[in-house]
Amino acid sequence: MNAHRNIRIARWRIALPVIAVCALAVAVGAAVGAPARSNAVTITALIGSSGPAETFAVNNAAAAWSKQTGNKVNVIVASDLGQQLAQGFASGNPPDIFYLGNDQVATYAKTGVLAPLDKLKNVNSFYPTLRTAYTYNGHLYAAPKDFSTLALVVNTASWKGAKLTGKDYPTTWAQLASVAKKLTRNGQVGLCTNPEFHRLGVFMIQAGGWITSKDGKKATVNSAANLKAFNFVKSMIKAGSMKLTNQIGAGWGGEGFGKKQCAMTIEGNWIAGAMKADYPTVGYKVVQLPAGPAGKGTLQYDGGWGLAAASKNKTEAMALITYLTQTKVEMGNAKAFGVMPSVKADAKEWKKLYPQWSAFLDGASYSRSIPTIPDVAKVLGDFNTQLQGLPNGDAKSILDRVNQELQAILG
Amino acid sequence: MASWLRRAGATKPEPWTVTSEREEQAVANGLSRVPWRRFREPGIRGHQAAAGWLFIAPVIVILGLFLVIPILMALWVSVSDWNGNGSPLGANAHWVGLENYRHLLTTPGLDQSNFGTSLRNNFYYVLLVVPIQTAVALFLAVLVNRRVKFVGFFRTSFYFPSVTSSVAITILFLFLFSPTGAINKMLSYFGATGPAWLYDPRGLFHVILAQFGVSQPPSGLASGMFLGVSYWDWLAGPSIAMCVFIVMAVFTTSGTFMLLFLAALQNIDESINEASELDGATEWRKFRHITAPMIRPMIFTVVTLGIIGTWQIFDQIYVGTKGSPLNTTLTPAFLSFNASFNSNEWGVGAALAFILFAIIVFFTVLTRLLTRNPDRVPRRRRFGPTGGGGKRTLRSRLVTTVIGAFR
Repeated sequence: MNAHRNIRIARWRIALPVIAVCALAVAVGAAVGAPARSNAVTITALIGSSGPAETFAVNNAAAAWSKQTGNKVNVIVASDLGQQLAQGFASGNPPDIFYLGNDQVATYAKTGVLAPLDKLKNVNSFYPTLRTAYTYNGHLYAAPKDFSTLALVVNTASWKGAKLTGKDYPTTWAQLASVAKKLTRNGQVGLCTNPEFHRLGVFMIQAGGWITSKDGKKATVNSAANLKAFNFVKSMIKAGSMKLTNQIGAGWGGEGFGKKQCAMTIEGNWIAGAMKADYPTVGYKVVQLPAGPAGKGTLQYDGGWGLAAASKNKTEAMALITYLTQTKVEMGNAKAFGVMPSVKADAKEWKKLYPQWSAFLDGASYSRSIPTIPDVAKVLGDFNTQLQGLPNGDAKSILDRVNQELQAILG
Repeated sequence: MASWLRRAGATKPEPWTVTSEREEQAVANGLSRVPWRRFREPGIRGHQAAAGWLFIAPVIVILGLFLVIPILMALWVSVSDWNGNGSPLGANAHWVGLENYRHLLTTPGLDQSNFGTSLRNNFYYVLLVVPIQTAVALFLAVLVNRRVKFVGFFRTSFYFPSVTSSVAITILFLFLFSPTGAINKMLSYFGATGPAWLYDPRGLFHVILAQFGVSQPPSGLASGMFLGVSYWDWLAGPSIAMCVFIVMAVFTTSGTFMLLFLAALQNIDESINEASELDGATEWRKFRHITAPMIRPMIFTVVTLGIIGTWQIFDQIYVGTKGSPLNTTLTPAFLSFNASFNSNEWGVGAALAFILFAIIVFFTVLTRLLTRNPDRVPRRRRFGPTGGGGKRTLRSRLVTTVIGAFR
């Protein structure tokens, strides 16, 4: 009898854990299985974030879409977007959607890793210039999500210190040179900006030049207009009223401006975030860039969502892109990290929200994006490298060199 | 008894005076020989071959999977037009022969001039880093090989930069050498104005020539081009920015090589030094005629490791400058990465990597030829079985001496 009970206890000892494990398995299965619908998918989104504010905003928008549709979104913040994208494409298992700058779109579209987005529902709500910036061989390869333009950023204290008033904001090259000269005082240089095509290129447009001919078939980097632009820049550097950031040891214009090394800089609307975070005590005002011999001109940088050709869930991914580029989300992003919405209808609301930065949005009417040519980023990279030597170098030989390189990729 | 000890002129150690180091030496030499002989023995121990293969199978699998197969795939990519879309073994890649190599070596254009520039930069980097780091390492090793107080502290502190992450050190150097950073601040106390360091693209030789009034290239040098870079630019020397990386490399690697030299120095029998002292040798003569010849294999090792390491410089550039200013810190390894991942020219990037490989092999062989002991009998003329070949002796010596270094 006694022995019998012992055996029974022993059996219970085995049975208990078995039952517990089974119960746990059922519970877990129920928990995992319950909210998932049978056709729910997971969309992977790879982003190159400017900071916690942007990451948070994208995650929030993705979560809202998830709630609406039942599909999951996995937002990954890339540390090196280009490299991580390349790895994804090579493995045949890329993220479904990802950030895509317009200088890379042609390079990727040419290799066939991007899916066209011509059939996006809200395709007509974007600025036409933004659509052009993402069109390669007649197809739209990214949905514009936001854009930035370059404008003149002025240190208000320095402006007052040089006895300049609200009427003195430069509208011509001559005025720019003159105020820069006046602002060059107390160890501060009048104007500083990066030694890059991506900044100094604004002078090319203002002089009536551009890197390609109108039909985009011929390189025109060494045109007379462009030479005029860079000679103007050189004349200001020679006069001491302008310095490139590599001459003052700043990483970019915003750093030189924030550290009060220069009184004016040419930067995009991302400078607002940097000023708020790093140099909150520096007061500044944003005005439109001056017009050159051929009128106004500025450069435009576009952010967009690309869709991978290898994505297994293109329908859902396109729905997500549509959601992420609609007015509500874009205005949310604008509030969160100050970008300008790609949807034209949002312009009024944005200006009301940020009257102090309206100069950036005004630039949209006369700005140009980098042309969609495969490998253009590589040539412009060399252009930037050569421009680092502009202060001591010869503008003509730099333009000749880049012209040759650009013509080589245009074929 | 190991052949290297005989070569070095040491007396045969008596069995009862065997030190722990020599014991290890014998074990290391013995181990490298004994299983090899058994391996070929037929009969009762024949099945040990299978066991041996079984034991090394994991390593073969790992090396094959992570080393041999990727290298073969990279070799294929370098002769293909793969554009990064899908697998390089799939339908998207086609054989293009030596097109990618031709693109870099003989086709004028941006890729060629970038390649030429990167070679120039890295060449001057190697030219300065390898001799300086070897000399500094040897100097430090001689210092900490003496019996002084706190020698453990000094050994550790000299070795410390070597174990620190190169990314962390690079970021530290970015701050130190910022135009308004600590280095320039220090220089200003002496009334000197430091350059903008990492923003300064001027070549060192050009700067020196400018001191003598030569700031424009002589007519012959400006027009001639090799690999898309003019002769005048080939002679530019390392840029001021590159000099920062040179200082950094010497700072971080000297400790490692000090350790290797220390190991070699501790292997020199004290009796030899004593004998030479009795003969009246000065410190310098002792170093020149006893220490230097005896650590010659280690000098070869250090120089070879230095050459390999310096030609492969990547992470410092990736973190620090990404090739700027004016491409004067661009290196082949970084250019290979850039061509592949950012420009989508995978074939060119892979071809670049193989050209870099060829360059490293070339310079390693050259070093071997230059540091070969002229007194040594060539292997084919040795009598008897050539069990203890130079390579194996060197390796086994390395293992035991490194272990013994911190004793």
